[in-house]
Formats: sequence, C-alpha cells, structure tokens
Amino acid sequence: MDDRRLMKGNEAFAEAAIVSGCRYYFGYPITPQNELTEYMSRELPGAGGSFVQAESELAAVSMAYGAAAAGGRVLISSSSPGIALMQEGLSFLCSVDIPLVVLNVSRGGPGVGGIQPGQADYFQATRGGGNGDYHIIVYAPASIQESIDLMGKAYDVAEHYRNPVMLLVDGMLGQMMEPVSMPSRDAYALPEDVSAMKPWAITGHDNRRERNVVKSLRLKPDELEEAVEKRGAKYAAAEQELASYEAVDIESAEVVFVAFGSTSRIVKDAIGLLRADGVRAGMIRPISLWPFPERAFEQVPASAKAVISVELSMGQLIQDVRLAVNGRFPVELIHRTGGMLLTPEEVAARTMDILEVK
Amino acid sequence: MNTLFEFTKGMKPDSTSYCPGCTHGIAHRLIMEALCERGDLGRAIGVAPIGCSIVSHNYMNVDMCESTHGRAPAIASGIKRVHPGNIVFTYQGDGDLASIGTGEIIHAAHRGEHITTFFINNAIYGMTGGQMAPTTFIGQKTTTTAEGRTEKANGKPLRMSEMIATVGGAAYVERVALNSPSGVRKAKKAVLRALDVQDRKEGFSFVEFLSTCPTNWGLDPVASIEWVNTDMIPYYPLGNFKGMEG
Ligand SMILES: Cc1ncc(C[n+]2csc(CCOP(=O)(O)OP(=O)(O)O)c2C)c(N)n1
Ligand code: SF4
Repeated sequence: MDDRRLMKGNEAFAEAAIVSGCRYYFGYPITPQNELTEYMSRELPGAGGSFVQAESELAAVSMAYGAAAAGGRVLISSSSPGIALMQEGLSFLCSVDIPLVVLNVSRGGPGVGGIQPGQADYFQATRGGGNGDYHIIVYAPASIQESIDLMGKAYDVAEHYRNPVMLLVDGMLGQMMEPVSMPSRDAYALPEDVSAMKPWAITGHDNRRERNVVKSLRLKPDELEEAVEKRGAKYAAAEQELASYEAVDIESAEVVFVAFGSTSRIVKDAIGLLRADGVRAGMIRPISLWPFPERAFEQVPASAKAVISVELSMGQLIQDVRLAVNGRFPVELIHRTGGMLLTPEEVAARTMDILEVK
Repeated sequence: MNTLFEFTKGMKPDSTSYCPGCTHGIAHRLIMEALCERGDLGRAIGVAPIGCSIVSHNYMNVDMCESTHGRAPAIASGIKRVHPGNIVFTYQGDGDLASIGTGEIIHAAHRGEHITTFFINNAIYGMTGGQMAPTTFIGQKTTTTAEGRTEKANGKPLRMSEMIATVGGAAYVERVALNSPSGVRKAKKAVLRALDVQDRKEGFSFVEFLSTCPTNWGLDPVASIEWVNTDMIPYYPLGNFKGMEG
C-alpha cells in the first residue's frame, strides 16, 4: 500500500515539525511561507501545543528562545527579510547553547527584494548574520520529502549539539506540491519529564535542585574566551560528524556541478541534456551547507575540466566551492538572481560555452 | 530566642554589585520576599534584562535566563507557553523596557500574557554610563544631553504605566516608589497583588518602581531619595492605574 499523499511544501514542513515533537511555534506573516504559519495556528492548539502570532520576527525569535530554554521543542520560520531580523536571537541562542529549529523559505533580496525564490541568503545562513563567533548548522533539502526527513534530524541534531539548526529552502519548495510519506504524530513520544531530558532547562527549581541560570554575559575576557573555545570544540565535532552531500555521476566526469536545494533538481536535468550531447557531467549536492562537505571534493576526478557552482545568487556558494577545490580545478559560476530561475537548457548551454573556452 | 528578622531565602546571601544607594537591591529583595512568602520560589522563572540588573540572576534564588535587550516580555511569553502553571516574571530597566523594548512590552500586555513585569524607572541608562532614557526629565543632564533634555530635541518623558493601563490585556498596573519605609511597604503590596493577578490568570500585570541611580545622577544616596520625592513623583504619580477598581 502506498501511504503517500500530496502535500504543499509549507504545510508539509509544518506537519513534519509536529510529528518530530514540535509543540511551540512563533511566527510573523511573510510570503512565501504563510501557509506554514497558518497551518501551525490551526494544528498546534489541538495537539497540546501553543501558537503565537508575534508582533515581529524579533519577538518571534525571542519567544522561541524562551520556550526552548524552558525545555520545549520549538519551530520558527520566516523568509529572508524576517530571518534577517532574527539574527539577534540566533547569535544569542548560540551563546547560551539552546536548541531551536528555524526554517528559511528564502526569496530574492537584498532588502525587501521580491517574493520569488532565491538562494541569496547563503552567506546569511552559513557565515552568521549575527555578532560573534558562532555557527548555525544548516541543511538544504532538495525535495519536500527530504525536508520532512531532515526536519526530524534537525531536532535531534539541535538537541544533541545544543545549537540552532536551520533548514534553508527556497520559495519554490515552499509553494510546490509533491507526493510525500509523512510519519504519524505518535511516532515521537513527548517527554513526560522535560527536566530529565534537558537538565539545563528553566522549569522552576521546585526546591529540589540548585537554580538553573541561562546566561550569555561574561564580562571577564578569560571566561568569555573559555566559553567560546568550548563551543568551538563543539563546532569542530559538528564539522566531522554532520557534513553530508549527495554525489551524482562524478566518477570520470569532465564537468562537476555544485548546487543545493531546488537548483540541484534543475542541474540534474541539465546533466541529462549534456549526456545526450556527449558531455560527461556530474554533481556534488551539499545537503549540509554548514558544515560544508569539503571532503566530497576529494572525489572530483582528474579528468574534470571545470567545477561549476550553479546558484540563484550572484555567487555565494562559489566561495565555499573555491575553498574546497583549493586551486585544483578552474571554478566557474552559472547563476540567476532576483527570483529568476535557471532552466536545464540554460545550464547546459552555458556549460558548453565554459567547456569550449577551456 | 525569637527570630525577629531573617534574610529571605529568595535571595542568595551574596552582597550585590550595585552602587551604594542604588535601589535595584531593594526591588530585588521585595520581589524575592514576595515569591518566598507565597511559596513560589520553586515554580518561579525570571527573565533578567540588559542593563545593570542583568546580574539579578546572581542574587535571585529562582530559575532565570538572560534576555536580549528589550525582549524580556517576549521571552517570558515563550516560557509561559511551555510552563503555564509557573510564575513567570521579567525585571527590566527603562532603557530596556521604554526604549528598545517598547514593542515587546506593549504586545505582551496586548496579548494579556499571564506574566508579571517589574519595571525599574531610574530616568537614565545606568549600565552604559548615564545616557538619556525615554523617561529622562526635561532639563535633566545626562551624557547625551549635556545641557539638559529639551522637549524640542527629545520630546517629553514617557509615562509607561499610564500607557500600559490603556492596553486591553493589562489587568494590573501600579506605580510605586522606593523612597521611604512606607514606600517600600506599599511596593511590596503591589508586588504581591501583581503575582496574585498572574496566578489567577487575569491578564498581564505590571509594577513600576521609581528607583535611584546615584552614580549617574551625580547625587549622594540621600539626595537621590530626595530627588525621587521632589522631581520624579510629581511627574510620575504613584498609585494604581488598573486592576483595583471598585
Ligand atoms: C542591542 C544592544 N544595544 C545596546 C546595548 C548596550 N546597553 C547595555 S545596558 C543598556 C541600557 C540599560 O539601561 P536601563 O534599561 O535604563 O537599565 P539600568 O542599567 O539603568 O538599570 C544599553 C543600551 C546592548 N547590550 N545591546
Ligand atoms: S549605575 Fe545606577 S542603576 Fe546601575 S547599579 Fe549603579 S546606581 Fe544602580
């Protein structure tokens, strides 16, 4: 029996969070992710949780911090300009080692930009738009099903590392419909005693333990350095353990594309078109954007004439590609931006141009 | 032997790092005494602000978290959603609450969150060294109004209690002054009432304390208390603004 059903991306992301145990959602309206906020407003109260339409994204991320520090599984979502406002909270959450899952259904920027899909928040997500030495763990699913699967993983990773995890998708995934199989809501048993699972949570000390204090401020530089170094060790472990990618046809490829999210699907079609023209093309699809799967690039064969970053931005992913390639191959860029999409034909044609020049 | 006075278990026995004559310490103690008397220390969760009192969690004997600047009411709203049976409070200065955090305080009141906010109005930014706050007086000299605040350049001081009392979800709003033994006793009563209102889930509760900052006012502790009486109270009248009608 096929248990698959047709779901719109934004609603599937929301349900995936609920089946992963999320019971608290704080949001502020912004296109193209409104269906997610609306879904949570309908579903969470009945699921024993709580939905708040916040007065701003600043407040939404702050409410999320409070709920997560209190031990709840929390989701916040927004789109690019709203995620920009949440950076204050994300830096702070990292500084206090509190887990949270945040979803960016990204659109074209900068500024208010447009409402069509974009990938120009790559730097914002992977470099950190807030202050200080910190990282957000970032996953970039390429389908609605993969988003569902990564949502469950995102909560586990966030809680294991005690750090925010972001799913970076674009408006295309949010707005389209695909057949998916969704786990049931009782797949995740909500913990009866949050304190047992999260001994650091502020739940009220009940006169049974020392009080818990969640603190970011460290006025003594040696203490701050120690705290940041400790977190640095956590990030180093994350880099070893979490980097993930999909490799498509890269053995004996003459050209290797690098693309994430919905763009990777366009690139897959372009690979087919190029093969029909006798060009052996492959792709590295980073699934985690931070940590970036640098090791994937060790597999790029000597036969490759170029590594091409394909992205919906002016060239942001390409910086990580250049670092990973480290001068071994020429690195090129194929891009559109502002909400314009690439077509497989366009990618194939531009690739032929690049190869001809080589 | 009879015990005539015992230090509240609500406070850690450490001495505070506040300046001599600063009334932050008195406000801390009143809140913690009230929680202790109600038997609420075990179920209270506090949010400390950005400001001198970010360190309040060093002294208050309850679970606490620090806040981003001004966002404490939103953070407390999130905590309360997870623990609706607990007592959740914020403690905030006037730069934190009346300037950068106006959105969060108004909307926590607007939603009628079952939380309590303790607002320390000392008419100045203490921690950053005495800059003008929205609550600074006309003519008051600060490091960003060296010739004194003028209405033309900076507007008139904001009256937060009066403003919050107009918001539907606010159930209890009172202004008190930490200026005398009787002022302190009245303040304690207001704290207890505010916590009661939260416990009965009547809505948002808010207590504003007129408080001193001798260091940045450039006055000694006694003159600071005098200034609360002569200058602050006439502009920021004491009393109940909501929640004790009838
Ligand atoms: C985002 C941000 N902006 C500015 C500051 C600097 N800052 C620290 S405390 C403070 C104001 C505190 O004044 P107030 O709320 O009146 O509290 P007080 O220190 O007087 O008790 C400011 C502006 C900060 N920490 N974070
Ligand atoms: S600077 Fe002012 S508010 Fe801060 S501790 Fe000193 S007297 Fe109190």
